[in-house]
Amino acid sequence: MTNFTINGKDVTVDVEEDTPLLWVVRDELRLTGSKFGCGVAQCGACTMMVDGMPRRTCVTPVGSVNGAMIETIEGLEGPEAEAVTAAWQGLDVPQCGWCQSGQIVSATALLREVPKPTDDDIDAAMAGNICRCATYVRIRKAIHDAADAMEG
Amino acid sequence: MTIQSRRQFLATGAGLVIGLALPMQGRAQSGAAAVLTRDGVGPGTFAPNAFVRIAPDNTVTVICKHIEFGQGPFTGLATLVAEELDASWDQMRAESAPANDELYKNLFFGLQATGGSTAIANSYTQMRQAGAAARYMLVAAAAREWGVSAEEIIVEDGVITHAASGQAATFGDLAEAAAQQQVPVEPALKNPSEFKLIGTDRPKLDTVGKTDGTAMFTMDVYRDDMQTVVVRHPEVVGATVATFDDSEALKVKGVQAVRQIPQGIAVYATSTGAALKGRSLLTVEWDTSKAETRSSETIYADFSKAATRDAGVVVEEIGDSGAAIDGAETVHEVEFRFPYLAHAPMEPLDAVLEVRDGKAEMWMGAQFPGVDKGAVAQTLGIGGENVTLNVMLAGGSFGRRAQTSAQIGLEIAEIAKAAGGDGAWKLVWTREDDLTGGYYRPLTVHRMRAGLDADGSIVGWENTVVNQSIMLDTFMDQGNSEGKDPTSYEGSTKMPYDLPTIRVNWVRQQSPLSVLWWRSVGHSHTGYATEVFLDELLEMAGKDPVQGRLDLMKSEAGRDRAVLEKVAEIAGWDGTKVKGDRAYGVAVHESFNTYVAQIAEVSDVGGFPRVHKVWVAVDCGVAVNPNVIRAQIEGGVGYGLGTVLFNDLTLLEGGIVSQKNFDTYRMLRIHEMPEVDVAIINSVAEPTGVGEPGTPPIGPAVANAWRALTGQAVRHLPFETTGV
Repeated sequence: MTNFTINGKDVTVDVEEDTPLLWVVRDELRLTGSKFGCGVAQCGACTMMVDGMPRRTCVTPVGSVNGAMIETIEGLEGPEAEAVTAAWQGLDVPQCGWCQSGQIVSATALLREVPKPTDDDIDAAMAGNICRCATYVRIRKAIHDAADAMEG
Repeated sequence: MTIQSRRQFLATGAGLVIGLALPMQGRAQSGAAAVLTRDGVGPGTFAPNAFVRIAPDNTVTVICKHIEFGQGPFTGLATLVAEELDASWDQMRAESAPANDELYKNLFFGLQATGGSTAIANSYTQMRQAGAAARYMLVAAAAREWGVSAEEIIVEDGVITHAASGQAATFGDLAEAAAQQQVPVEPALKNPSEFKLIGTDRPKLDTVGKTDGTAMFTMDVYRDDMQTVVVRHPEVVGATVATFDDSEALKVKGVQAVRQIPQGIAVYATSTGAALKGRSLLTVEWDTSKAETRSSETIYADFSKAATRDAGVVVEEIGDSGAAIDGAETVHEVEFRFPYLAHAPMEPLDAVLEVRDGKAEMWMGAQFPGVDKGAVAQTLGIGGENVTLNVMLAGGSFGRRAQTSAQIGLEIAEIAKAAGGDGAWKLVWTREDDLTGGYYRPLTVHRMRAGLDADGSIVGWENTVVNQSIMLDTFMDQGNSEGKDPTSYEGSTKMPYDLPTIRVNWVRQQSPLSVLWWRSVGHSHTGYATEVFLDELLEMAGKDPVQGRLDLMKSEAGRDRAVLEKVAEIAGWDGTKVKGDRAYGVAVHESFNTYVAQIAEVSDVGGFPRVHKVWVAVDCGVAVNPNVIRAQIEGGVGYGLGTVLFNDLTLLEGGIVSQKNFDTYRMLRIHEMPEVDVAIINSVAEPTGVGEPGTPPIGPAVANAWRALTGQAVRHLPFETTGV
């Protein structure tokens, strides 16, 4: 049994403790916004916020998040998340869309730490998220737009 | 299949459903509500092809016959419908058409198919007719309800009005009544000067769902009592199971069964985690006797040996290139090598299949959905009419899901068959399955030879292209190929340049290794080989890369010329190839009837290119959605750039695939992405595609800049392999 809070809701799951968190969230909790892309923490499609930090959940054993606070794309909240999502929609960032939940979670995590990121900050925070459609030009612009919007 | 009359069909659903049927052969023949004769349907029977649904809640849903995997057909086809319908963009919705090769055929191919950058091109008239027909019927309904003349009714921004009587209604208000009206045979279409939506930007219809986690892909489908299935595939493509041991796998909690299927060993489990764990504990011995066991290195050597100018078939010949080159002042002869490439869509291949009481329902992101559906029907021994395939959003494809062999349809069908009886199964491929799963961009050798006269003019050009065929021996081979597969060499012929002698020959190679179209298909290597080789010749002649190309262009190459002039203009090209630590390289290449020119700005960072900025000019005819066009060009540049810099799907000795995940099969990342500045040429020509044409020019543009900067010619891709 593993207990954690996900998107503000307390849950208990009865799965093997070495099961990757990604598959527990998708298969057991049916929150399917977080995606599988590589299984080896190389692409970032599975990124969720675990205790406020972006985490590659395809390699995170569920047993290691007992008691943790988890946020997924479905429950991402707060001014940074709202600004990021609005900027993403404003620029029509997604193409195929598969990686975008992970991109948005990583971008939100960045803005929570660095409200006005430079291009270097963006490179450092986002280099772990692959977009095979190469929407990177718009991802970069959307992060700047979100930062500008929050600054008011 | 039950045959319905038009009236019956229209009466079955709430609101208005517009049915259109277009004849089989391309866009030369069009006509809304045409009568279609086909097997099982008597002559004169109306076979409606529903593209538009207007609901009482005033939403207009476009049923999109092309799969949406990021290239924009939901938005594009909805724009075409909305334009002629005079709808408000806010009321537009889009959803995927289910598999149905007759109703939803690609008018260029004759079956339901997404590929070849054809979605907008083949739908342009058809979808506008669908919108125009709906508009006509709504107006007719309004005229009847209000007792006024249809000519006096105005439709604007989704509102139908009659000024004199003060009547007004929404589409939803009149949907039911419109369904009772006659479908017009040839609804009048707008003149392009009247377009309000086409040519302007509107929010994409699939964006919101892709930013809040609600967009539904195949992997997100869950059915009652569904098992998740992963398959242990061979690490040598095409190997088959010799023996296996599943005793450890079966001990994993949640693993319910292990079965041998033709594709490998299938592990059935209650969850993905259990299935993957079970698979990792299998022991399998493989039989590689029917597989490709040569290494990439050996294949290159074999292809290189086969690359003689008299081998294979001549696919283009102008004058006597042999004599011209033999008599030339300078002869330049080089070989280009292009590796196997994986498509690597972010969503690995997957499918869901549910079988209940002799009927099957599938969920899958298929580019040829009828083919995968047919594979399931055949494998399970049930008629095609008992199989439904729901085409899902797909997390990228780049050609990978356009399967003439129904690779995934067959695999999920074999999984169901091996399980026996009713049930529901989700097949999930991992990244390792994806990269080792075959169907690669063909490894290709170009042997090129040209002669320059004393003035530096090109007197002869020869190109021998050596690779496997993608299309021959598949159902796409229509029997009239004469041993030629244009997808193997397209782009090496019909160049925009007026050269006095040309000879291009294609040497087909055989291998059991499966190959497939990969974003821009033949152009993915021919664009590079031709535009780099030409650039080398211009350099040898001391000519400017832009002016040198313009001077060579045929008089009819007006669109090539226009994009090259435009890109030179926006990049501020002044003939200087190197400025400080930055170099500039040029390439122009037409593919899928779309013309693209690029200039890349490159510097040398630690002995490897860093691409800072790319200027692009594109002519794709009428720009239906400029925002989507820019996005596809930006993405096409990034996709092509990562590939030429990093990607080589390498076969090791014995045919083992070297790269199994993104740690070794490197994807372009955000810090490696250049700025992209896109100029779209104004045009009233019929629209052409944008999914692929942005990809071919980036490689040669970067290579030409790199050679200007460092003197190093890159002729063996990727850059990493050449030793850059």
